[in-house]
Amino acid sequence: MDAGMVIIGAGECGARAALALREHGYDGPIALIGEEAHLPYERPPLSKEAIAGADVPVAKTTLTAERIADAGIEFIGSSPAVAIERAAKNVRLADGRAIAYSKLLLATGAVPRRLPLAVAGPRVAYLRTFDDALAIRARLTPGSRVAIVGGGFIGLELAASARKRGAAVTVIEAQPCILMRGVPADIAATVHALHAANGVEIACGEGTTAIRDDGDVRIRLANERIIEADLVVIGIGAAPATALAESAGLAIDNGIAVDGRLRTSAAHIFAAGDCCSFPLALYGGRRVRLEAWRNAQEQGALAARNMLGAELEHTAVPWFWSDQYDFSLQIAGLADGASSAVRRDLGGGAFILFHLAADGQLLSASGIGPGNAVARDIRLAEMLIARQARPNPSELISSDVKLKKLLAA
Amino acid sequence: MTDWIEACGAGDIDEEDVIRFDHGGRTFAIYRSPDDEYFATDGLCTHEKVHLADGLVMDEIIECPKHNGRFNYKTGAAKGAPVCVNLRTYPVKLKAGKVYLQIG
Repeated sequence: MDAGMVIIGAGECGARAALALREHGYDGPIALIGEEAHLPYERPPLSKEAIAGADVPVAKTTLTAERIADAGIEFIGSSPAVAIERAAKNVRLADGRAIAYSKLLLATGAVPRRLPLAVAGPRVAYLRTFDDALAIRARLTPGSRVAIVGGGFIGLELAASARKRGAAVTVIEAQPCILMRGVPADIAATVHALHAANGVEIACGEGTTAIRDDGDVRIRLANERIIEADLVVIGIGAAPATALAESAGLAIDNGIAVDGRLRTSAAHIFAAGDCCSFPLALYGGRRVRLEAWRNAQEQGALAARNMLGAELEHTAVPWFWSDQYDFSLQIAGLADGASSAVRRDLGGGAFILFHLAADGQLLSASGIGPGNAVARDIRLAEMLIARQARPNPSELISSDVKLKKLLAA
Repeated sequence: MTDWIEACGAGDIDEEDVIRFDHGGRTFAIYRSPDDEYFATDGLCTHEKVHLADGLVMDEIIECPKHNGRFNYKTGAAKGAPVCVNLRTYPVKLKAGKVYLQIG
């Protein structure tokens, strides 16, 4: 008797997995368990259109009620899972219900890292959910002052959106530069200049020592400077949501540890998306955890197929994008371990940096430019990376040489 | 019968590539296939309104530059997540080295 497929986490990853189970012919029960009341929705717009848009934002659902009904998926919202009872093969919900599974997928995502020194208050915000975005948006009126702690992607996208709403923006980054993790320095410098040109103050190299909310927010920096604001948003990264897996005794290693087929240390339990760490075959089996929309989607779909017995390996090249003002940044692959980099200029301020290993293998491509100017070449680079190609650096540099030609070589 | 609109020269599009064409407040994507045929669709992806002319053409597939939604540009068929709504296509003809669209 098939108890059914249960998915914990109703974000991009969980929703995609639920659909993929049906697309691949599964006709048993599927339960999709979410913490939020909302139907599964896309998170990328939360730091962009949901804040910057002129209209009151609406959550962009990945699964409408109609689609859920058509696919025969049981969506359980507002009732987080509180325990995995492995012996009984049950998921226990906060409201006491037990949901039986034959296979279980953990797609619990990641949660914002908290800044312990920040005292909680209505003007101290983190961004993860649609409701968080609404609360931030409500305080971002024209002329309001917002401070953003953390010069990573969430913070910088929020900074750009806040400027579009007419707020005065200060970004505080403890490191010497913004985007120190995983972004080449030339691209980080381009992003910095873009924000400066749009009137954002970026204060780098200064730690935050205190954040208080006494009607006004007061942020004290290590150099004794006080920044006053009407709102502070803290964007200092995210941690994988592993508590359920941990208490169920599953192996954890910077996330729920899975093998190349996204199976956890328990045979009937899989994990996918932001919550899991997995071996990346293309990069020597190095264990990584990705916080990326496309990865969530791809791994959700792959985990679903493996829950049905397909035994497929995850082989995708990591891919990431960010939109700030009218610029878009895209990164394919991982630059760690590169011994050289070459630059391809595409005109109009758009450029791509290619990182190569000592033996000439292409490891990553990172690009930035107006609109989607770098998209096509990044996509082609991604295919070259997947093939472990060793393109001629002089051809990568010359925008006269089409990358598609290198792919055919 | 709707008129044919002159969009571009046949040589303005590389083989297995795409360009943008704007007309009457609307925007389109015009494709040249690897076997040298021409096709046209609406310009914006049905998922997030991103222009497809910045995307990658591989064989008969156009891939959205942002979220990798894929369509068959000959038929407009959506090829799976994240896109589920087909792309509208338009008749194309070649005449004296020019590409014409019927976009009525």
